Amino acid sequence: MPIQYYIFLCLTLFSIGIIGVLTRRNAIIVFMCVELMLNAVNLLLVAFSKMHHGAAATVDAATTAGIDGQLFVFFIMVVAAAEVSVGLAIIVMMFRNIHSVDINFLNRLKN
Amino acid sequence: MNAIIFSALMGVVMMFSGILTQNKSVLKYIAATGLLLLIAANLLNAEAVFSIKVNTHGLISFDRFGLYFNTIAFTATLVYVLLSGSDIGKVGSGLYTADFFALIFFVLCGLSILSSFNGLLMLFLGIEILSIPLYILTGADKRNLKSNEASLKYFLMGSFTTGILLMGIALIYGATGSFAIQAPPIVPSTGMVRASFLEVAGLILLFVSMAFKASAAPFHFWTPDVYDGAPSVFTSFMATIVKAAVFIAFIRLFQGQAVVLGPSWKILVSFVILATLLIGNVTAVFQQSVKRMLAYSSIAQAGFMLFALFSGNDLGKEGILLYTAAYSLATIGIFAVLIKMNDYTLEGFNGLAARQPVLAFVTTVCLMSLAGIPLTAGFFAKYYMLASAVKAGGALWLVVIAIVFAAISVYYYFRVIQAMYFREGEAGTAPISSGFKIMLIIVAALIILTGIWPSLVLSGFYF
Repeated sequence: MPIQYYIFLCLTLFSIGIIGVLTRRNAIIVFMCVELMLNAVNLLLVAFSKMHHGAAATVDAATTAGIDGQLFVFFIMVVAAAEVSVGLAIIVMMFRNIHSVDINFLNRLKN
Repeated sequence: MNAIIFSALMGVVMMFSGILTQNKSVLKYIAATGLLLLIAANLLNAEAVFSIKVNTHGLISFDRFGLYFNTIAFTATLVYVLLSGSDIGKVGSGLYTADFFALIFFVLCGLSILSSFNGLLMLFLGIEILSIPLYILTGADKRNLKSNEASLKYFLMGSFTTGILLMGIALIYGATGSFAIQAPPIVPSTGMVRASFLEVAGLILLFVSMAFKASAAPFHFWTPDVYDGAPSVFTSFMATIVKAAVFIAFIRLFQGQAVVLGPSWKILVSFVILATLLIGNVTAVFQQSVKRMLAYSSIAQAGFMLFALFSGNDLGKEGILLYTAAYSLATIGIFAVLIKMNDYTLEGFNGLAARQPVLAFVTTVCLMSLAGIPLTAGFFAKYYMLASAVKAGGALWLVVIAIVFAAISVYYYFRVIQAMYFREGEAGTAPISSGFKIMLIIVAALIILTGIWPSLVLSGFYF
């Protein structure tokens, strides 16, 4: 499949994530949309990695080109997991205090 | 490498010392000793006497600039711990002092990665190691709704920005096939860099996300709320050392990559500088809370720090180091006083000079340094920044505008001085120990010394 298909798919997922972050009011759903953005990037990195590997493999069959893209995906997964643990803890802390996860609550500081 | 390893180790040590002792002043001195060790290890690395060798496959490269920045940042953290360390123990229920110190050390680990990264992978890891502990520190006061709110807001904004940063990295990887940050080769026939659409789009996304982290306008909107809501001790740390680290990463990233964007790079940066100075300074004028005013002033100071990015020359690099030292010292000093105040509004400072002359004097010196009055460190910091922009050429109008905004900033800084010295009032403070006063005087002395001999800071960069 041409690489354009992957790029369009990933950009679509990424945009859905961005729109979700900007429009939804539930902290958990906003958070899920952020994860969707990260996973769109993962997919794109893997696709690019395969593309670069394929291009280099036509010249040299034993090439390792494109490996670093796949490695990056693992790092993103690990960091996303760390972020989830901290983020959910923060959301739980807020829920304990106000019994809601609605982010409209986040306007009190302005006054 | 020393700084990265030792800061991570010290974080673990701090966590374990929390099991052994709950005594807050003992924990504070353990942290201070750890910071001294960290500074020593980093200096040994910079002098090439002793450094742990790890094969990083070119992901990290240590240069004089990054290592010297580490030294300045660690020293500022040491001053911060000595001044405000005992207030860290008072945040929240007071049971987690050791963990807060541990998180501060983890932030320093992220900082030393950001000052030496050599590829987009390490940039991403550095930013995350720097940010994740900060989300926790912002929400450290668990029962306080403002702290909760600031923490959630910071977290959602921060992870959203991380998504944008990663998209930028992925697009650059797609276009170039590598995560390197070196400048691409210039095509001799055109004298320009050949860059695909994907690479340019990726760089713009990187720029946006870094501007977010550095709280540059128009991506600054989270800053006042987060800085205002976070416990004041941690705001002091976030607004100074962390912010400077983001700027170092910003400069490292774009010193090679700026050529890809061609002439539009300067237009982009000068627009961001203009917007940051305008929004930071004008909004700060209308603030009644000193803490919130300092949050906006930190946006305004970011506008000056962006000049190093704009000029991209050695004078700008010297300037950002001096700016880090001057701005961190002054802001840490003011926040140390602010934490002791009962009332954070401007009225709360009325008549402070009569009741606490030392505190009022040191706050005055710090505020003058932030405003850039001569004989304080802030003057030379601003001077180097603007001089580097003049040297880079083509932006005299921007320098003139920056000077005008520096004059506006004098208004809101001096309102605090006016409240302290020329207003009658009952400025209430928490009990002040004499050790705290001595530390404050040392900070003021350092600010004035650096203002008279800026080479005090800069000579360490070369020798």
